[in-house]
Amino acid sequence: MTAENLVEIDAVTFGYGRRLVLEGINMRVPRGKVVAIMGGSGCGKTTLLRLIGGQLRPTSGAVRVGGQAVHELDRDGLYALRRRMSMQFQFGALFTDMTVFDNVAFPLREHADLTEDMVRDLVLMKLEAVGLRGAHNLMPSELSGGMARRVALARAVVMDPMLVMYDEPFAGLDPIAMSVVGSLIRRLNDALGATSIVVTHDVVESLQIVDYLYFVAEGRVVGEGTPAQIRATTLPVVHQFVHGEIDGPVPFHYPAPTYDEDLGLAQARAEAAHA
Amino acid sequence: MLERARRSLARIGHNFIENIWRVGAMTRFFVMVLAASGTSFRRFRLVMREVYFTGVQSLIIILVSGLFIGMVLGLQGFETLQKYGAQESIGVLVALSLVRELGPVVSALLFASRAGSAITAEIGLMKATEQLTAMDMMAVSPMARVIAPRFWAGVISMPMLAAMFSAMGVFGGYLVGVVLIGVDNGAFWSQMQAAVDFRYDVMNGVIKSFVFGIAVTVIATFEGFDAPPTAEGVSGATTRTVVSSALAILALDLVLTASLLRGDH
Repeated sequence: MTAENLVEIDAVTFGYGRRLVLEGINMRVPRGKVVAIMGGSGCGKTTLLRLIGGQLRPTSGAVRVGGQAVHELDRDGLYALRRRMSMQFQFGALFTDMTVFDNVAFPLREHADLTEDMVRDLVLMKLEAVGLRGAHNLMPSELSGGMARRVALARAVVMDPMLVMYDEPFAGLDPIAMSVVGSLIRRLNDALGATSIVVTHDVVESLQIVDYLYFVAEGRVVGEGTPAQIRATTLPVVHQFVHGEIDGPVPFHYPAPTYDEDLGLAQARAEAAHA
Repeated sequence: MLERARRSLARIGHNFIENIWRVGAMTRFFVMVLAASGTSFRRFRLVMREVYFTGVQSLIIILVSGLFIGMVLGLQGFETLQKYGAQESIGVLVALSLVRELGPVVSALLFASRAGSAITAEIGLMKATEQLTAMDMMAVSPMARVIAPRFWAGVISMPMLAAMFSAMGVFGGYLVGVVLIGVDNGAFWSQMQAAVDFRYDVMNGVIKSFVFGIAVTVIATFEGFDAPPTAEGVSGATTRTVVSSALAILALDLVLTASLLRGDH
């Protein structure tokens, strides 16, 4: 463990039953940086976040956050670590029975012994940072997708965490909301002195805001580098992903018997020849 | 033919094992809820909030149903009792049927369909929209913060709802017996007072509704917590809550009646 890396993932393998999702993953997330984990849907990106957050334990290998081996912590140790990290879920996961204000105040009220005045000030400061101070009285059902994502962002940083993890923060957002969320991730990270991990499949947006990228395909890291290196890469998988090519190392077709076989063409031809 | 018989036998066996497994999982869940109950008592406001949602909002259906059932008991009871010239005992009949049986059982059935299904759907949806995982990631235990307060709110509400159901039922019986049919007012109340024993009748009813409250809320919270995070998952869990609660209430009622009646004379 080196001091400059907040998160270290060493030779991590993880599977559900016999099906392996991740195989021998190695990653480093330096302190103060924004690192993206990219890859197609279902390639194991979210599983990686869950391993870092301690919701899942690796089959083998080690996950260390701030020098602590996450997979070896008991429940109290894990909860103590989670107070210093936070996670933003794909669709925000706001508590639907609370107002925007109460959602952002939730971690403070649960963990910090603060007066209601202080809670109010802190919450309004975070909401101001995401531009939604005026929306503090709304319910989550009254928010647009982009606004909900920003509220979730405010809630994720309200405890000033050392590590913030974002699960698909851009999914389903329009271009304006996407840039807003992207620039907020960068700005909040720098302002708080935090470290961020962004799991996403949005290439264009993340190339603009991150310091380093990892590409994951079929449970392995297939490429990594700074945005400039990634743009210039010749690695086929990464190239296909960055340029959105339909076919390539990631095939268009789901594995299947040959087309001829499935339609019975070979047999029909043989019968025709016989006749 | 033989193959079909073998397959249906295998299915029966599978369902049987599956259900036994669910009972085991639910018992384990119940123990976990009890273990996570500290927060509910330290921050009782959380429980009171749920008492409002589960208990207070079930009041209308409980009170109206209680009134109707009491009135029907009055009519049916009068019909039979007057054959023996015992129509003054109508108050006794209505009160005993309500506090011992109908009050706890029917109010628990109504509670399961009104509040139990709502609890399951709410927790199931919280799970499906990752709210429970989000809470867990914030180092807040969903068991302590979401499940336990709802459980205790149900356990507290149920006996009170059953008592109000019975009170409303007695009033319904009074309306039919005294006001409508004209049974003597004094006889109606005094016979009831003399025949209903606080310990054997009223307390038995309270014990029953307390047990039903535990059963319904454990089933409702477990089904919500265990629901697959999809639309069908949540709707299936809601249905299972109502069906399993109804069966559990009726089965427990038999067991409780048998064991509580033993000391009765």
